[in-house]
Amino acid sequence: MTDAEAQASDSPERRRAAWMAAAQGGDRLAYERVLGESVALIRAAARRQGVGVDQLDDVVQETLITVHRVRHTYDPARSYDAWLSAIASRRAVDALRSQGRRGRHELHDEFAYDNHADTDDVAAAAEREQEARRLRDAIATLPPGQREAVEQLGLKERSLAEASADTGRQTGALKVNLHRAMKALRARFHGES
Amino acid sequence: MAEPRLPESLIQSLGAQLTPVRRLPPPWLRTAGWLLAVAALALALLWHYGAEHMIRRWIAEPDIAVAGIGAVITAVCAAWAAFTLGVPGRSARWAWLPLPGLLMWVGASGLGCLRDAVLPGAEVAGVHQSVDCLVFIIGLSVPLSLLLIVLVRRACPLRPVLAAVMIGLASAAASAALLEICHGFAVAATDLLTHAVAVAIVVLANAAMGGRLLQPALR
Repeated sequence: MTDAEAQASDSPERRRAAWMAAAQGGDRLAYERVLGESVALIRAAARRQGVGVDQLDDVVQETLITVHRVRHTYDPARSYDAWLSAIASRRAVDALRSQGRRGRHELHDEFAYDNHADTDDVAAAAEREQEARRLRDAIATLPPGQREAVEQLGLKERSLAEASADTGRQTGALKVNLHRAMKALRARFHGES
Repeated sequence: MAEPRLPESLIQSLGAQLTPVRRLPPPWLRTAGWLLAVAALALALLWHYGAEHMIRRWIAEPDIAVAGIGAVITAVCAAWAAFTLGVPGRSARWAWLPLPGLLMWVGASGLGCLRDAVLPGAEVAGVHQSVDCLVFIIGLSVPLSLLLIVLVRRACPLRPVLAAVMIGLASAAASAALLEICHGFAVAATDLLTHAVAVAIVVLANAAMGGRLLQPALR
């Protein structure tokens, strides 16, 4: 019996543990498999925390990226599912918290909107200025990696290769960061415009 | 329900970035590493002050020895709990581990105070000596805490405040135990209060910084 067959005959949980152990050693195929099977588990953990359907994808994405960063903390002698669920639950709570913060932002902006006349050009210019400042503020509050990706690829209009050479980051990492940053910015401004 | 396609591309790009990682050693081994640093400090203090004075005091007032042993147990257990809480999926109940040692440490110190109240005449720490104690405990706790923070943040504590409290407790207990080696007087109420204040300062400072300090992976 080959290793792969031996793994396939195991319980799904033990199979995932074996895959993650192999991924810690650099096995890309095992890594993509275990991440693929993790998606359903992450969604289940997020739903248990009370995350709404519209936010599940965000939690999945954040959790997969966190798993990638902390994969060295997984101990193959212990349950992979418990390790993953703990990270997913934490990311779900983070998502719920940031949603709460956004809710307060929107309320605040509505208040500003109601008290703001935008009939003349001066007011419109001021509003455009305010929009730009809000975008700058939003970019400034992004995590460092995402901010760097937006600045390099979005604002300075560098190519992936140039940005990679400039920052010393892999093009894949830059792409992931830009993707996350755009998603975060869209989520932030969605409903405010 | 069909899974959306979004994670597929993310999984592929994470796969493309995969590099082999060195697995984190088990919590007990990492605890032992930190304790080596504490032991080195203890050896340096013993070399400077000698063990004779400490042993004489322990024979004269055994509760000081019991309190010292309690502090050592607290330090070991709290450090172990901090390292364990750094691993995702481990139970928060690990935070109870230092409790028995803590009760022994505080209980025996409290008995010492009580005895001094009943039997006056023992050499009791004045305000000046207590300030020295506070400076000593904080002076040792800060580097010991920093070392623990550096070691714990290599993992991923999902409950950073709890982990920070364990770090504060471990380093304060360790420095209180180290103080035993060069302590010149009996445990008194002022002394115990000094320990409590020092522990509280370290725990609060650690807890306040915990969220930012301990979770580089989650930012």
